[in-house]
Amino acid sequence: MTTQTLVHVANPELAARWRRATEEPAWVRWTLIGVALTFLALFLVLPLAVVLYGAFEQGLQVWWAAINEPDALAAIRLSLMVVLIVVPINLVFGVAAAWAIAKFEFRGKPILISLIDMPFAISPVVVGLIFVILFGSQGWLGPWLAAHDLRIIFAVPGIVIVIAFGTLPFIARELIPLMQQQGKEEEEASLTLGASGWKTFWYVTLPNIKWGLIYGVILCNARALGEFGAVAVVSGRIRGETNTMPLHIEVLYNEYMFTAAFAVSSLLTGLALVTIAVKSFIEWLDERQRPAGDSH
Amino acid sequence: MDANPDANARDHFEVNMSTATRKRRVIPGFGLTMGFSLLYLGFIFLIPVGGLLLYTSMMSWEDFWRAVSHPQVVASYKLSFSASLIGASINLVFGALVAWVLVRYSFPGKKVVDALVDLPFALPTAVAGIALVTLYASTGWVGQYLTIFGIKVAYTQLGVVVALTYIGLPFVVRTVQPVLEDLEAEREEASASLGASRFTTVRRVILPSLLPALLTGYALAFARAVGEYGSVVFISGNMPYRTEITPLLIVAKAEQYDYPGAAAIGTVMLIAAFLLLLLINGLQWWTQRRGL
Repeated sequence: MTTQTLVHVANPELAARWRRATEEPAWVRWTLIGVALTFLALFLVLPLAVVLYGAFEQGLQVWWAAINEPDALAAIRLSLMVVLIVVPINLVFGVAAAWAIAKFEFRGKPILISLIDMPFAISPVVVGLIFVILFGSQGWLGPWLAAHDLRIIFAVPGIVIVIAFGTLPFIARELIPLMQQQGKEEEEASLTLGASGWKTFWYVTLPNIKWGLIYGVILCNARALGEFGAVAVVSGRIRGETNTMPLHIEVLYNEYMFTAAFAVSSLLTGLALVTIAVKSFIEWLDERQRPAGDSH
Repeated sequence: MDANPDANARDHFEVNMSTATRKRRVIPGFGLTMGFSLLYLGFIFLIPVGGLLLYTSMMSWEDFWRAVSHPQVVASYKLSFSASLIGASINLVFGALVAWVLVRYSFPGKKVVDALVDLPFALPTAVAGIALVTLYASTGWVGQYLTIFGIKVAYTQLGVVVALTYIGLPFVVRTVQPVLEDLEAEREEASASLGASRFTTVRRVILPSLLPALLTGYALAFARAVGEYGSVVFISGNMPYRTEITPLLIVAKAEQYDYPGAAAIGTVMLIAAFLLLLLINGLQWWTQRRGL
């Protein structure tokens, strides 16, 4: 930057040669852009387009009929209910973990951070398997659960647990770096001025982490609604009872009801698009709030 | 702070230190937040994972070995491993290219393209699965043209590669992008002013600085692909010995109530995931050290 501007002031012709030395020729630039965009079109845009085309190909009425149907509605209701349980729990966990990690020094902190990341690295089917072995009819606690007439596997509690496991890291991962970066001076100021802990959290910490928290919740929500592999293992796919939206899509697809499968998919696709739009919006806000000239 | 070795200054410093230590104790809630975090992690994650490992450890070695070394299972390891490796490699090349184009060049619609990169992370895997198989089936938008050249994607091992490439796409882009943004222009200018061609500068100056980030993204994409289930099962066709991935075998065994068999293979995958995570942590540590 500095050399460029200096030379630029002194001699425009030299400046052009400098720029050429650290930039590619136009044809290289446009070839690279072309190749990158072709790759992204093939892998990102076409799958998106095929879902929306499949959902609306036969008109809005057919789309609506596929969604306004008892099994689909039951799947939507179950998915929403699971999300309403899982997201608040993972939100409380995310805030608590980020508070402990960002505001205090203790031994084993890197280990705790790695532990929080770990559920993301485990295959979703292994997550499902873990709980089948714990709670399944032939698992560790199976006989005890059967004796007390409790059902976890092939029932809603199992679905809630595996989705909570699978989406555990998302809110915490958004909040931990954010709160570490913000430090603890503002909270200390508030507390030394006599505010209570809760008041400090509510009026000082929360406004600072608002956007990261909102994105974490939306991402957690999208991932919870979309969780498939783990739920496929524990749900038993009982129609109208333990089919979540992704499982309902699978059932419809396997029964060659492609339009209906894409119609239900279009709802989750819309949610995914909202999720990435919110992320871009927050990044844009963040850039705008930064003082000009500061690149970090 | 003034470093004057003057008695007053030292007193001042000591007062500051003592308020600092007192201040550290001002923030409340350590017990509550730490307690809840550990309790939740313990009940939802650590104890269940421990349960699986304990369950597997109670099997006899012969049973365990028979389950994890059955030819059908070995064929699935080979497919899962090699398809994940190919998918991650495709993402290494194209992910680096996409990151480069997004950071260095400007073109219309760049913001939208940048946002779309996260789509495989946000879109449910089952939706991705049915979308990919519809695209690449012999009658699909892409598949019909590939069929002309005799290329079959759906229900072949190539289909598994396509799905695993899709699922790993965001990782290389998102790990390389910030490093590329922070790269100092001065080093490229120095290289150019010393007479290096642009190609030499990219190869000898830029690429080495991106190496840790590239490898981290590669490992993340690979780790994600090895465990992936939803986006693969639709396009792969699940033919034994040919297009069965390892996670599919776990689901199949669990559905047949073959818990020991499923647990043995699940344990192998769990250990692989832990090892990959260790590798990724090491790479991230390397990236951060390079960045300083």
